[in-house]
Amino acid sequence: MSTFGARILASAGQGTLDPSFSLLAPGASANAGRTDALFIALLVLCGGMAIVIATLIVVFSFRYRRHAVVDRGNQASGESAGEIRLEIAWTVTPLLIFLGIFAWSTWDYIRTTRTPADALPVYVVAKQWMWKLQQRTGRREINELHVPLGQPVRLVMTSQDVIHSFFVPAFRLKQDVVPGRYTTLSFTATRLGEFHLFCAEYCGSEHSMMLGRVVVMMPADFSRWLAAGPNEPGLAERGFALYRSRGCSGCHEPGSTVHAPSLAGLIGRTVHLQDGRSLVADENYVRDSVLLPLKDVVAGFDPVMPSFAGQLDEEEIAAIVAYIRSTSDASEGRR
Amino acid sequence: MSYLDDGYTLRSWLTTHDHKRIAILYAIAITGFFFIGGAAATLIRLELATPAGDLVSHDTYNKLFTAHGVIMVWLFLIPSIPSVMGNFVLPLMIGARDLAFPRLNLLSWYLYMGGGILTLAALFLGGVDTGWTFYTPYSTMFSNSYVLLTLTGVFIVGFSSILTGLNFIVTVHTLRVPGMGWFQLPLFVWAIYATSAILVLATPVLAITLLLVAAERLFQIGVFDPAYGGDPLLFQHMFWFYSHPAVYIMVLPAMGLVSEIVPCFARKRIFGYRFMAYAILGIASIGFLVWGHHMFVSGQSMTASLVFSLLSFVVAVPSAIKVFNWTATLYKGSIRFDAPMLYALGFVGLFTIGGLTGLILAALAVDVHLTDTYFVVSHFHYIMVGGSVMAYFGGLHFWWPKVTGRLYSGVWARIAAVIMFIGFNLTFFPQYVLGYQGMPRRYHAYPPEFQVLNILSSAGASVLAIGYLLPLVYFAVSLWRGERAGANPWGATGLEWQTASPPPTHNFDTEPAAPKTVYGYDAEADARLAARGAPASTERAEA
Amino acid sequence: MTARTAPLADAARTPRHAETALRMETAELGMWVFIATEILFFGGLFFAYLYGRTHWPEGFAAAGRRTDVVLGTLNTAVLLTSSFAVALAVAAAEHDRRRWVARLLWLTAALGVVFLVIKGTEYRHEWSEHLFPGPGFALAATAGAELFFVLYFLTTGLHALHLTIGIVLMGAFAAGTEHASGWAHPPRLQVAALYWHFVDVVWIFLYPLLYLIVRHS
Repeated sequence: MSTFGARILASAGQGTLDPSFSLLAPGASANAGRTDALFIALLVLCGGMAIVIATLIVVFSFRYRRHAVVDRGNQASGESAGEIRLEIAWTVTPLLIFLGIFAWSTWDYIRTTRTPADALPVYVVAKQWMWKLQQRTGRREINELHVPLGQPVRLVMTSQDVIHSFFVPAFRLKQDVVPGRYTTLSFTATRLGEFHLFCAEYCGSEHSMMLGRVVVMMPADFSRWLAAGPNEPGLAERGFALYRSRGCSGCHEPGSTVHAPSLAGLIGRTVHLQDGRSLVADENYVRDSVLLPLKDVVAGFDPVMPSFAGQLDEEEIAAIVAYIRSTSDASEGRR
Repeated sequence: MSYLDDGYTLRSWLTTHDHKRIAILYAIAITGFFFIGGAAATLIRLELATPAGDLVSHDTYNKLFTAHGVIMVWLFLIPSIPSVMGNFVLPLMIGARDLAFPRLNLLSWYLYMGGGILTLAALFLGGVDTGWTFYTPYSTMFSNSYVLLTLTGVFIVGFSSILTGLNFIVTVHTLRVPGMGWFQLPLFVWAIYATSAILVLATPVLAITLLLVAAERLFQIGVFDPAYGGDPLLFQHMFWFYSHPAVYIMVLPAMGLVSEIVPCFARKRIFGYRFMAYAILGIASIGFLVWGHHMFVSGQSMTASLVFSLLSFVVAVPSAIKVFNWTATLYKGSIRFDAPMLYALGFVGLFTIGGLTGLILAALAVDVHLTDTYFVVSHFHYIMVGGSVMAYFGGLHFWWPKVTGRLYSGVWARIAAVIMFIGFNLTFFPQYVLGYQGMPRRYHAYPPEFQVLNILSSAGASVLAIGYLLPLVYFAVSLWRGERAGANPWGATGLEWQTASPPPTHNFDTEPAAPKTVYGYDAEADARLAARGAPASTERAEA
Repeated sequence: MTARTAPLADAARTPRHAETALRMETAELGMWVFIATEILFFGGLFFAYLYGRTHWPEGFAAAGRRTDVVLGTLNTAVLLTSSFAVALAVAAAEHDRRRWVARLLWLTAALGVVFLVIKGTEYRHEWSEHLFPGPGFALAATAGAELFFVLYFLTTGLHALHLTIGIVLMGAFAAGTEHASGWAHPPRLQVAALYWHFVDVVWIFLYPLLYLIVRHS
């Protein structure tokens, strides 16, 4: 990782929140280069097409203007075979080009959704009109996200009220943050510095004031920053404490009189449900099980789990999710 | 006696069954709504000239862009070409005396006015601040504005759309003059027919969606708000299922208009008539399958995003065909540059740019960056304003002599067209750059590095405004002092030109015969006329 | 459908006939297009149902078990019989059996009213069992159950509204036929019958979705 970081550092300068005009700041994430390349290719293609059409229109308009003395002969009265061939040509050609663009952009897109297993998790709660973030160690931030250079980061996000959207133009990425469920966004920062964070889904009065910044630091500096924060238990630790204090362990630990599924290594495991369906457990599954326990009951268990809706806030749920995830990391780990 | 002289009282206008009078009623109302929506846009661009939100408050700004969207989409664009030009010209084009259900037509207008007035009332009482897209749960549980009143207004206007669409479909099927088969129809009729199919099939889904939003807001029941057990993405699916086909409601009639104007002023039949007709049907049908491209980052599944992206690329193909065909129509034509032609050519250029940027947005990896930024704002304004509004003006200029019996100043009309084209590009091209730089949409205030492009855009908007105001002047002058128009001042084909300008109430004194070929122009013959120095039989002296 | 000289065999006899025949063809097409809009109107709700069922299958199952399948089935039978009655009425009209036309149309309307009464009874039961969406909803703990009932009341409510319009229509035609008014003639009755059949078909889709499918799991 450090050689990777050193390579990147050598290439480009730092990002800053510079108020002066520039045409386009260079990208700061691993995927930004590919997005920019695709965009430029599309600009060239589409711009080229637009220029061709505009030129043809202008040239024809001039050459065939009413008073121009020029050959207009051989005008077929109906649709000739030549015309039909031309039509088919300019139907099939664009279609093939468009399918090519689709393939390229889909490939790029799929790459951005793949997250390495060792990605640094950060839990994000959006609310009107601010961002609340929490690192795995428990260190909290408001409207700021510190991340280390060259390290994959995975944001697990939810909203407390309306739909927001986590947008970092320098990373060329955004993801809607939806109430009632988790959405995720993964990236690897490749430039040091500070970058704008915007809310990109209209959310009420101060939507345009819901600003923040992403601060990318050298990994060593990041570790120091993380350690320097107020001494709080890590997210997974808090989750474990809640797991005990709210009574989850009373049913879910082996040896309990109530027959409840074990939660160790749950995230990433395939779960078989009562109605015959099966799914791969993720953060949303854990969250739904806590808040809406009758939604996806595991096969072979009674639907007796009480709901914790209204008793846990988003940060507490995030802590419990982090705890359960940590039991996976402790065992095999891979998704 | 023309339809204009058939009764001078207000009552004769407000109780008319004549499709031509109803078209005029729509035209007046639509013009009013256009300028109200335009006033909102003016305030928005004034505010955005500086980075700070210093002209109006946050809430006022949010209400301004909502009003602009609601008014322009539902009260201006969707009814504009169908209810004004479709109403006036469609029966004439097929040789009919009126639409299939004339009284239903009048009802449509009253529903439109009723819904429009309710929407305006919401505006004047204090406005609504949800954005024209009414995303939940903000609109159902959090907004403290006149959401229900606005929803009711839009709901009622929706029924106006449905009834108009129904009327047009039945008219095209049953009232064509004998001998006029489907492939002898002007492309404008094809376009209105396809638009009517969308109106009739998509609008009911909007109605149901708005009903559910109202239910959740009124009764606090969980349909779209997760806090009550609902799902915000359900709203987005239902809303966009209507609102994507809605954009084809806005653009297909414009395309139909261009297909009437370009052959007339190039004196040449449209290139590839059948392909043009099939392209219209293709756009209308595939357009129902792409709504999820508004939701790529919403949290919908990756599979859904892939499918919608693929289909969005496919739907671009018929539009591309149409652009190529319009361009090919000019080849070996005998081209005149009257105002309608300038508007039509402006449409082709601007729609091409807007459509190509749509292609960029369909690319998933790029859309993740560009969605919800000014890139999208610019994309849809290129198509709806650079496209549909320019085509609407083109239609106004093309059929003005037929509708009013008067000619307008050709010189001023062309000046206005050029000013509009230039002003439009100055306003909206910078917004593409702003979008890629990352300026989100619906932002009242913004970081200072975006100011330069915003100032350019606002400056361009002032030029565009002049372009829109000029026609008010020379059209008014034409009504008072314009030269009287003959039946066919442009020498156009099409049955609407076979009757007087303005037409009598019953449209045709004797039932017209269906022309053997549609767009029976001859560019070579016209050029020979020009070469001899003889004006075309329909050429008139320039003002 | 082709242009004006479509196969209307004796329409060409007089211009007046042609006009009337054309107006009928127009009216019938108009009704079909109107039905298409209604299909999409209800279709939006069907879409929401499909979405809910996919995302909250257990919630929908739990809620679906609380609808009254006996009354629902009874209502289905009532509506099917009414469609039969109106079809018979149209046939009778073609044979000019005016008395039977009136009787059958009154029967149709009456059956429609019976449907509404039974539906009203169901609603009363559901009210007392706290199954109306909103605060105090009985199944609030089960995700998706409230959405099911929102859709249940909206679809059956809208259906009942359309049915009521149909009842008034049938009653008007019955009265018009009895008094031998000119306007209640067979081709017009055919268009009105089309509307009634459509209302019936909507119910035939609603019945399994609201009463049957959710019960088997």
